[in-house]
Amino acid sequence: MSYPLFQISFVVYFLAMAAYVGFFVSQNNRVRTVARGIFTTGAILHTLNIIARYFEAGHTPITSQHETVSFFAWAIAWGYLSFRWRYTVKNFGTFVSILTVGFMLIAALASREILPLVPALQSWWLPVHASISIIADGFLGLACIGGIMYLLQEREIKRKRFGLFFSRLPSLEALDKLNQHCLSVGFPLLTLGIISGSVWAKQAWGAYWHWDPKETWSLITWFLYAALVHLRFTVGWRGRPAAIMTIVAFLAVLFTLWGVNYLLGGIHSYAK
Amino acid sequence: MPSESIVLLGVNHKTTPLAVREKMALAGGYAEPLSALGEIAGLKEYYLLSTCNRVEVLYTTDDPAETRAAVLALLFGKAVPAEELARYVYQYANEEAVRHLFMVASSLDSMIVGEAQILGQLKEAYRHAAEMKCSGLVLNKLLHKAFFVAKRVRTETRIGASAVSISYAAVELARKIFGQLDDKRVMLIGAGEMAELAAEHLIGQGVAKVVVVNRTLERAVKLARRFNGEAASLEELKDQLLNVDIIISSTGATGTILGKEDIKPVMRERRQRPLFFIDIAVPRDLDQDINDLDNVYLYDIDDLTNVVEMNRAERDREAVRAERIVAEETLKFSGWLENMEATPTIVELRRMAEAICRGELEKTLARLRNLEPAEQKSIEKMASAIVNKMLHHPLQFLKSESNDHGTDRRTRINMVRDLFRLEGSNGNPDDRNEGE
Repeated sequence: MSYPLFQISFVVYFLAMAAYVGFFVSQNNRVRTVARGIFTTGAILHTLNIIARYFEAGHTPITSQHETVSFFAWAIAWGYLSFRWRYTVKNFGTFVSILTVGFMLIAALASREILPLVPALQSWWLPVHASISIIADGFLGLACIGGIMYLLQEREIKRKRFGLFFSRLPSLEALDKLNQHCLSVGFPLLTLGIISGSVWAKQAWGAYWHWDPKETWSLITWFLYAALVHLRFTVGWRGRPAAIMTIVAFLAVLFTLWGVNYLLGGIHSYAK
Repeated sequence: MPSESIVLLGVNHKTTPLAVREKMALAGGYAEPLSALGEIAGLKEYYLLSTCNRVEVLYTTDDPAETRAAVLALLFGKAVPAEELARYVYQYANEEAVRHLFMVASSLDSMIVGEAQILGQLKEAYRHAAEMKCSGLVLNKLLHKAFFVAKRVRTETRIGASAVSISYAAVELARKIFGQLDDKRVMLIGAGEMAELAAEHLIGQGVAKVVVVNRTLERAVKLARRFNGEAASLEELKDQLLNVDIIISSTGATGTILGKEDIKPVMRERRQRPLFFIDIAVPRDLDQDINDLDNVYLYDIDDLTNVVEMNRAERDREAVRAERIVAEETLKFSGWLENMEATPTIVELRRMAEAICRGELEKTLARLRNLEPAEQKSIEKMASAIVNKMLHHPLQFLKSESNDHGTDRRTRINMVRDLFRLEGSNGNPDDRNEGE
C-alpha cells in the first residue's frame, strides 16, 4: 500500500517540478497556480505514504536510507508549504520542487525493504529524535536553497549583467529574510534534535555523548549554524557571506546524514 | 546650388568619447555662443543644442563648406584641436539633417532610446534661439515639426513605455536590492537634471526621505525644500552614509569623492545593511572598487545604460516603427522645403517676365502716341498674354509634383533658374507659401 503511494507522490512531485520550471521560464501566473496545486497534492500523497508505511512497518519509518531520505523530502516540501501561506518568495517553489524531486529520486533508488527494528531503536524516542532532526534538516535545506538563490541574484546584480535570474528571482532583501527565517526555525529544531538524541543515548547506551562519528558531525554542523546565527545577530552578518555559510553548513548536514554512514560508520549508522 | 542648405554639425555619445564631448559641451549656456554665431556672415538661421550626450548646431546657409569651418572654429576651436574635430564631428545636410533632427527629437538617437528628457532639452534650446531671433522661417518650421514628430512617435509607438530611462532602471535595481523602498532613504550628492529626475522617480516609489548634500549649502537647502527633505553640507557626507540607503551622486568634482576605504568602516557601523550607489557624474564621483564590498552595489551611468539594454528586442521593434514615422515626416518636410524653394523661383520668374514685358511695353507705347486707351489696353493685354503663354510650360515644369520629367524637383528648379538666368537670393521669405 505504501509503495504505490510513494511512486504516485514521486510522479506528482515531478509534474509539479515540471510545472514550476515552466512557470520559471514563462512567468505565466496561471502556470504557477497549477504548479502550486500539483505540489500540494504531491505533499499530501507523500504524507499518506509515510502514514501507510508507519502501519506496514509497525514503527516510525525513519530508520532505513529510503525512509530517511523520503522523510527529508517530505520535511522540505511541508517546510516550504508551512510558510507559503505566510509570505511568498518569488520562484522559491521552483527551486524547492527541484530539491524535493532530487531527494525523492535518491529515496526511490535506495532499498525499500522494511527491516526489523534493532533493539536500540525500539523506543518512543525514535519518532521524537528522528523526526525533529529531519524536520530541522528540511528547514536548513530551505535556507540553503534561499542561499543559492541569493548568490545567483547577487551575482547578476554585482556583475551588472542580467540574464535568467534578475527579473525572476525576488529582491536580495527578501532572500536574506528567507534565509534568516529558515534558520530561526531550523536551528532551534536542530538543537532540540541533538538534545533529544543525547537524552535517548543516555537511556539506550548509558551515556549522553559518545563521540560517535554521527554525533561528532552533528555537533560540527550545529557549531556552523550556531556561528552563523550568532554572527547574524551580533554583527549583522548578511548577504553573500551568510548565504555561502548557509550552503556550506547544509553540506555538513548532508555529510552527517550520509557521509558518516558510508565513510565513517559508528554505532549510530543504522541506515545503510 | 542657388538655394540655401540646412546643415547639421555635431557630436554625440555614439561617435565621440566622453573626454572630447566634455570639452565641447557648451557649459556657459546658449546665449553667448548664439550671439557669436551671428557674427558669421554665411549663416542665416541657426540654433544650438547641448546636452550631456550631444552637442549639435543646425543652421541654414548658402555655402555649407565655408561655414562649417567657421562654425566649428568659433564654437569648439578653443577647446578641441582641429584634427579631433575633423575626426569626430558628423555633418548632415538637408534631408539627412532633417531626419537626424527628427531622430534626436524622438529620442531614437539617445543613449537611452525612448527617454523623454531630450524633447525638453530640445525645446529649451530652441526657445533660446527663437528669443535671440536666430531662427527664421525654415528653422521655426523645422523645429516645430520636430516636436510634432516626437509627439507622434511617443503616442503611436511604445518606445517610451518600458524600462527605458536611466532613472527607471535605477529604481528597478533598488527594488531588486531592497525589496520595499518605503522605509529607505535617498541621498543626493550634488545636483543635476538626471540626478533630480532619479530622485523624483524614487520618491514616486515611496522612499521615506531625501537628504541633499551639496558643496554650497544654500543650493542644498533649496533642493531639499523641493523634495521635502533635509540638507547637509559636504563635510557631513560620511556621517550621512549611516542614515541613508540609496545614494545618487552627480557632483562636478574632477576626482572621486568616495573610495572603498571610506565605505568599509561605514558598512561595519551600518551592521551590513546594504548601500546602493548610483553614480551619474561624468567624470565618476565614486571609486569602482566600492562595488567589491559585500552588500554594497555601485552602478555608474554606463552600467545603467547596459541595464536598459535588457529589453532591447522589444524596443528595437518599436524603434523600427518610430523610424518609419520619422522617415515619413522627413519626406513631408522635404516636400515643404522644395515647395518653398520652387515658390520663390516661380515668383521671380513671373517678376522677371513682367519686368521685361513692362519695359518693352513702355518703349513701344512711348513711340505709338496716337493710340486710343482701348487700343493701348489691347497691346498691353497681348504682351502679357505672350509672356504668360511662354511661361506656362516652364511654370508647369516647376510646379509638377511627380517625376514625369525624369528629374527631381531640385534639378528642375536649377534648370529653370539657369535657363532664365535667375540669380541671387530667394527673395523675401514672407512671400512664401507654407505648403505641406
